[in-house]
Amino acid sequence: MGWLTTALILLPLGAAMLVWVFPWDPFTAGAIALLAALGEVGLWIECVFRFNFDKGGLQLDQQTSWFSDLHVSYHVGMYGFSLWLVGLTAVVQAAAIIYAFWAGRTGARAYFGLMLLLTAAIAGVFTAQDLLLFYVFWEAMLIPLYVLIGVWGGPGRLGATLKFFIYTMAGSLLMLASIIVLGISQGTFDLTATWQSSSDWIFLGFVAAFAVKAPLFPFHGWLPDAYRESPPEVSAVLSGLVSKAAIYGFIRIAITKFPEPTKDFRTVILVLAAIGLVYGSLLAFRAPDIRGVIAYSSLAQLGLITFGVFAVNDLGLNGSVLQMVNHGLISAALFLLAGGIERRATTGDFARLGGFARGRPVLATVLMTTGIIGLAVPGSSAFAGEFEILAGVFSVGWGYAVVGAVAIVLAAMYMLRLISAVLHESPGPAVSPEALDLRPAELSAVVPLVACLLALSVWPAAITERSFTNDRGSTDVSAQFEAAK
Amino acid sequence: MIKTPHVDWFALAPELFLLGAAGLALMAAVLLPRRWRRDFGALVAALGFAGAFVFAILIYIHTPEVQSVIADSVRRDRLGALAQVIVCGAGLLTVGVAFDNRMRDEHIAEFYALLAAAGAGMCFIVTANNLMTLFLGLEWFSISLYILCAIDRRLEGSLEAGLKYLIIGSFGSAVLLFGSALVYGATGEIAFNRIAEAISAQHLTGDALLVAGLAMMIVGLGFKASLAPFHQWTPDVYEGAPTPVTGFMSAATKTAALVVTLRILQVAFPQEAHLWTIALAVIACVSLAIGNLAALTQRGVKRMLAYSSISQAGFMLIAIASDNAIGARALLYYLIPYSALSIGAFAVVAARERELAAPVTLDNLAGMGWERPLLGISMCTFMFGFAGLPPTGGFVGKFYAFSAAYEHGWTWLVIVGVVATAVSLYYYLAVVRAMYMRPAAELQLGAAAPVAGGAPPRDALLQTSVVLSLAVVVGSFIAVQPLIHIAKLAAESLPF
Repeated sequence: MGWLTTALILLPLGAAMLVWVFPWDPFTAGAIALLAALGEVGLWIECVFRFNFDKGGLQLDQQTSWFSDLHVSYHVGMYGFSLWLVGLTAVVQAAAIIYAFWAGRTGARAYFGLMLLLTAAIAGVFTAQDLLLFYVFWEAMLIPLYVLIGVWGGPGRLGATLKFFIYTMAGSLLMLASIIVLGISQGTFDLTATWQSSSDWIFLGFVAAFAVKAPLFPFHGWLPDAYRESPPEVSAVLSGLVSKAAIYGFIRIAITKFPEPTKDFRTVILVLAAIGLVYGSLLAFRAPDIRGVIAYSSLAQLGLITFGVFAVNDLGLNGSVLQMVNHGLISAALFLLAGGIERRATTGDFARLGGFARGRPVLATVLMTTGIIGLAVPGSSAFAGEFEILAGVFSVGWGYAVVGAVAIVLAAMYMLRLISAVLHESPGPAVSPEALDLRPAELSAVVPLVACLLALSVWPAAITERSFTNDRGSTDVSAQFEAAK
Repeated sequence: MIKTPHVDWFALAPELFLLGAAGLALMAAVLLPRRWRRDFGALVAALGFAGAFVFAILIYIHTPEVQSVIADSVRRDRLGALAQVIVCGAGLLTVGVAFDNRMRDEHIAEFYALLAAAGAGMCFIVTANNLMTLFLGLEWFSISLYILCAIDRRLEGSLEAGLKYLIIGSFGSAVLLFGSALVYGATGEIAFNRIAEAISAQHLTGDALLVAGLAMMIVGLGFKASLAPFHQWTPDVYEGAPTPVTGFMSAATKTAALVVTLRILQVAFPQEAHLWTIALAVIACVSLAIGNLAALTQRGVKRMLAYSSISQAGFMLIAIASDNAIGARALLYYLIPYSALSIGAFAVVAARERELAAPVTLDNLAGMGWERPLLGISMCTFMFGFAGLPPTGGFVGKFYAFSAAYEHGWTWLVIVGVVATAVSLYYYLAVVRAMYMRPAAELQLGAAAPVAGGAPPRDALLQTSVVLSLAVVVGSFIAVQPLIHIAKLAAESLPF
């Protein structure tokens, strides 16, 4: 059954090659990418049906030796929580590709090939079970992102890409050093092997990479520029998926393989997350444009998710996986909507926006729904996720839970500010009365994301009860952590 | 009747094949009508490299044990054979790159003759097993290269490059020769394995004469491999020499010089490892620092690649300095994608040069990625490969080199390497940025520079070379296992 996981990586990769090699016209290139993205969703659904949630442990795995003298192998497979993240990848990437297809990017073949390559790389990160393979996919994510932002981004793209690349590479290379030291000294790079390390330095190497990518405060210097200058669908992928790869790394590698260093540095990381949470929320409240709000809210949300992860108990971990999926969907939807609004108004500045709701009921409904879920109104999936995270982190220290609760209030503030600044108030100078409502093509990109959110609101247990529970194998993170205590 | 030693002609086949090709091309330079010289010379050189390539592979296959060829002055082993395969592959690709180069026809056949002769010298030196053959091989390929650098006589830069390379290269050779003399003086032996035996038999470890000789030999080889601080000639020569020659030098010369360094240190001076490991580690760090920092400020792409080749040599030196089996494997593996990267990158530069009829700078690369998609994608991949990003063999090579350093217990060297890689990203990405992220309208050519109008030149052979390089770069990432196995068997020729 392992071929399914490999297919999740190879399908977009193959489609990327197909798009690149033959001289398709832009429409056909986009159509191929779209088909591949939908095929990816289909494959993932197939994976869900084949996945045995009662059994737990690594499933749908496949292993082939890559180079045997250092014991590196191509080893992919999925745990419960990886399955949900792969699903998130498939859905968000499909939405992003639909959006790009509709927006009509220049250089379509290059563009869609890179988007597909990015899909393959992210799917690879979430499924790799070998440290070096993980690193390969991790870096492979960076290359298409670099080009996508640098070529199709806004006017400040060159500076943004440079910052983005240097920040993330500095982190990644520290991780590479850690991987080498770890792999050679353990004699294997396989993540499923039962080894654990107690070296603080190696742990910090990994944390550096993840903290930059997430980003955690104070490693977020690249974030506002990259999120503002990217094409909207790339911002969606950046904040929706790429940041989740970092959290996935925290769960899969940092906590699982380094229980003792995790315990040593837990307070530091929790405090950084708390600062990021409050600071990000405040900045989001002060941001002058739509994308600024979403970008800084990402910083805040990632802080919250980190809370859940480093609570290292069942509640916190389950909640953080749910919240990862939630935030992925919400921020992707918001960025795509922001893209739509910017196309209509040629700006994202709140000062020049307003009154979009009048005569544009569909846009208003969709943005409102997403925003309301995003501010974690009770009954929404985000509420379920944040509640579990706060409950989880409460058992570590009530102070963290208080910070989290305050941040949720702040989230309501910035989200409502966003909604009212765009939809309500009097029409801004940049909003012409002729600006259209959301078109069916845009809806086809955003509505599936919102639909997933609504479905999760009805049934959050789909994720929370199927990520770690019944999974008492080598991945049961919290159990291992308790054992290490 | 003088008793001559037994000669294993099969072991010398690659050199002989290339020498034959060189001779044939030289004859053509005199005898053939001018309009046939280019095609004939290129064909002969290509056949020579291809034949030597095949023979080197055969030697590799049929030499499980180290064998002496001529009275132990030359060794027949898998280490040498693998290096010959790389050199000949690089030569073959270079012929493809050079074929459409705008060189004047009058000396075109000599160009190919010299290329084949340089290849032969490199094939020879990687099998050398004593101080005499070492020096012979070194001068053999160096002299060919001096002329190759200066072959474009109408260009001042080319002449300057040839002269600089001649003077500084000769100085390097002299240092190597002096060092060899000191080593011979200390041990009374010239064969590498005998030197090691003499050192242990006469308890010469740490002997001043010997250590001075060893140091000078490392310096001499450092000149050839363009390791800092013996690199001063590199940027000027790389910039001035005809671009295909630069590519060949950066790939094949480095391969030969580094493999020879590995062989000498492991075969002749294993007892001095406590000295040369540190020395090489320091040289590696200096090369990484100087190469990377100087490359940051370059605008000319050839100069930038020259500095990058210094830093790449530093990475490979980390592997040698590690003094272990993984290190040898790392070096021999890394040389494969590295050679392809060099040839490929310089080939793209050559193509752009041809198009613009001007030296290639970061500014006039603008928009190239969109105009010439194949070359653009290839150049991007080469830059990512140099920077050690997947999916290229450059990534695996660096990974192995760092692993070797860690295995030796040098975590600090891993950190240095990682930091150097981070710095190098800036200038490698500058090329990608220039090619894709700046519109061609920004292209600024000097008023005097003729702008090539019309369709870009059709250079099918160059593109073939680029595609082959690309295939090697990406293929070596996927097929790590077989290549590492080949490198491992080759490294077993050395006494670890």
